[in-house]
Amino acid sequence: MNKEQTYNYDVVRQFTIMTVVWGIIGMLVGVFIAAQLAWPALNFDIPWLTFGRLRPLHTNAVVFAFGGSALFATSYYVVQRTCHVRLFADRLAAFTFWGWQVVIVLAAITLPLGYTASKEYAELEWPIDILITIVWVAYAVVFFGTIMRRKIRHIYVANWFFGGFIITIAFLHIVNSIAIPVSLTKSYSAFAGVQDAMIQWWYGHNAVGFFLTAGFLGIMYYFMPKQAGRPIYSYRLSVVHFWALVFTYIWAGPHHLHFTALPDWTQSLGMVFSVILLAPSWGGMINGIMTLSGAWQKLRTDPILKFLVVSISFYGMSTFEGPMMSIKTVNALSHYTDWTIGHVHSGALGWVGMISIGAVYFLIPRLFDREIYSKKLIETHFWVATIGIVLYIAAMWISGVMQGLMWRAVNADGTLTYSFIETVQAMHPYYVVRLLGGILYLSGMLLMAYNIFRTIKGAKTVEAQIPPLAHQGI
Amino acid sequence: MADFVNQFWSWFIAIPTVLGILACAWLVLGNMSGKGSGSGSETTGHIWDVDLTEYNNPLPAWWLNLFLITIVWGLIYLVLYPGLGSFAGTLAWTSAERYEIEMAQAEDEYAPLFARYQKTDLALLAKDKVAMRTAERLFASYCSTCHGSDARGAVGFPNLRDGIWSWGGDPKQIKSTILDGRIGIMPGWATPLGGTQGVDDVTEYVLSLSGQEVNADQLLSGQEKFQTFCIGCHGVDGTGNPAVGAPNLTDMTWLYGGSRESIHRSIAVGRRGQMPGHQSFLGEHKVHLLAAYIVSLNP
Repeated sequence: MNKEQTYNYDVVRQFTIMTVVWGIIGMLVGVFIAAQLAWPALNFDIPWLTFGRLRPLHTNAVVFAFGGSALFATSYYVVQRTCHVRLFADRLAAFTFWGWQVVIVLAAITLPLGYTASKEYAELEWPIDILITIVWVAYAVVFFGTIMRRKIRHIYVANWFFGGFIITIAFLHIVNSIAIPVSLTKSYSAFAGVQDAMIQWWYGHNAVGFFLTAGFLGIMYYFMPKQAGRPIYSYRLSVVHFWALVFTYIWAGPHHLHFTALPDWTQSLGMVFSVILLAPSWGGMINGIMTLSGAWQKLRTDPILKFLVVSISFYGMSTFEGPMMSIKTVNALSHYTDWTIGHVHSGALGWVGMISIGAVYFLIPRLFDREIYSKKLIETHFWVATIGIVLYIAAMWISGVMQGLMWRAVNADGTLTYSFIETVQAMHPYYVVRLLGGILYLSGMLLMAYNIFRTIKGAKTVEAQIPPLAHQGI
Repeated sequence: MADFVNQFWSWFIAIPTVLGILACAWLVLGNMSGKGSGSGSETTGHIWDVDLTEYNNPLPAWWLNLFLITIVWGLIYLVLYPGLGSFAGTLAWTSAERYEIEMAQAEDEYAPLFARYQKTDLALLAKDKVAMRTAERLFASYCSTCHGSDARGAVGFPNLRDGIWSWGGDPKQIKSTILDGRIGIMPGWATPLGGTQGVDDVTEYVLSLSGQEVNADQLLSGQEKFQTFCIGCHGVDGTGNPAVGAPNLTDMTWLYGGSRESIHRSIAVGRRGQMPGHQSFLGEHKVHLLAAYIVSLNP
């Protein structure tokens, strides 16, 4: 069979499987450090088991290993199928898979050992940063090479989001990682002081905005209409909200630095654009939810669709919460509290996690040409995960708002009503509930792994023929 | 210091900001007319991957309005508050000024109370229950991190309610400790004592001072070395000297732990303890109250 007549599913399969593997590992570390916050003795006085080292491992593993693998898998799948052409440069695509895995393994080794560039979500030291850059450029070549060879003139909306995410992440990663190496394992950032902080949060917020939002909107724009069997609600809305989103997001970083040494004007700009960001963010939610209109009855029987719809709901909720928290008055209460942790996890577990899980359940039967082993287990996974998220977020909301209120409570004599340790004590029960939520979410992932294992055991890999073009498509 | 080295950079911020927001407004206003196929039954005609199609519904009016409201709000905010480069905003609001104002308000409100406390003698103030409740909160906020919520200290941080004082327990001395801080340095003696053997011997002698069971063989040599090197600070009888912060070695209170290993380490490599001064941080009026609180813990 002529290879060019088939889709490259090898690399998609690899990334799909690793999405599940890294998801479990990243979330396991998350559960462990959540337990440490409730019971600090669990660090066992071993340096590489301490919260400070495992927390970056957790964030790197869930964002870049789990989320990254999901993005690679889905974008490679989607770009081929919506361009009606095999992925450009098979060997380069294979390199992106192995290169990305090496990056993750290096992260898993160096972070617990304490090697860190000490930049949040960009802790990896300079040699690994260079490897990331090389892999990312290869990714861009494969992705845009495929777009350029497309057999269909119009570029599908999911691909704009994937393309925008790939270009912007390259830019963010390179600028934020500029550093002066002093040894193989140590470097100093090229930026200093408040400029360093600003570059860091320009990167940090847009890692959320482009990696975790634009990229996953790409996933939404393919898998939602496919699974629902419905056309996208509005092409015009997708154009408008795409440009509004990518333009506005890039300004929002300074809201992470409210009430710091960052100049007032910079803080204001970050806040104003964060608030303007609300409508562009919600454009994606409207397009996702409204795509389902006319097919709501499918929600009752289709657990994959449930994952996708709940994911979009959490997307809508956290993209409302974000702009609200960026308002200085609200931020004065929420900043540095668990509220932020809750907000991030409603995005991470709710939006990113649920849509990735939905996409993986969609992909597995198609990549291995097998029916899924158990639809019932998918249903169970959905409920376990949803309850887990609700417990997690509710616990962090209560704990965070309480923490913020306790910090600012002042007695009639001007002294603080609560000492720091009293706030920690008050948060303990909520930390336990959060741990429970995390355990539930992780259990769901284990169900998924079992379900997938039973599905693909002994399965042959699929050589997917590229279907003929629908004539309207030209 | 000005944030901009020259006016160019101010315009560099202001112009793209305004143009960017206006571009968003243009995006909204240009789509207000309900353009799109509207009916919701016709797709754009593009088909991807066998069956992926798109409707072209007009943008929801509520969504456009929401977008427009945030844009208008943003522009108004940037007129009122700093944001457009060096333009200070019509309210001339600054976070630094807000801070000054709030601190001044707090000063007006609370200063008279603390001024009254400061005029009260420490021993007397320590018996004032209302004042001590305030002091307890201050201690919880500023001191408990090192000395513990109950003021019983931790390894390296002295217990403040056992009546034992490295730097003197007189109320004035306590206040001076908080106000100006203390730096307690025990140098390492491994070399002068002739290496590990010498340190071992002195360790045994020091343990004997508090009546603990020791290896009698080493006692004499230890005592000899102690009388040569240690008495300058700890005194001939080992009872210490508050003037230099040298602790009493004849009691069972050990700042860095009383095990044989800890004492050995204290002698061999030394210890560095620092109590930071709090005068500039808290001001004398709060320090006065805290000193009274420490006095009250040691009736």
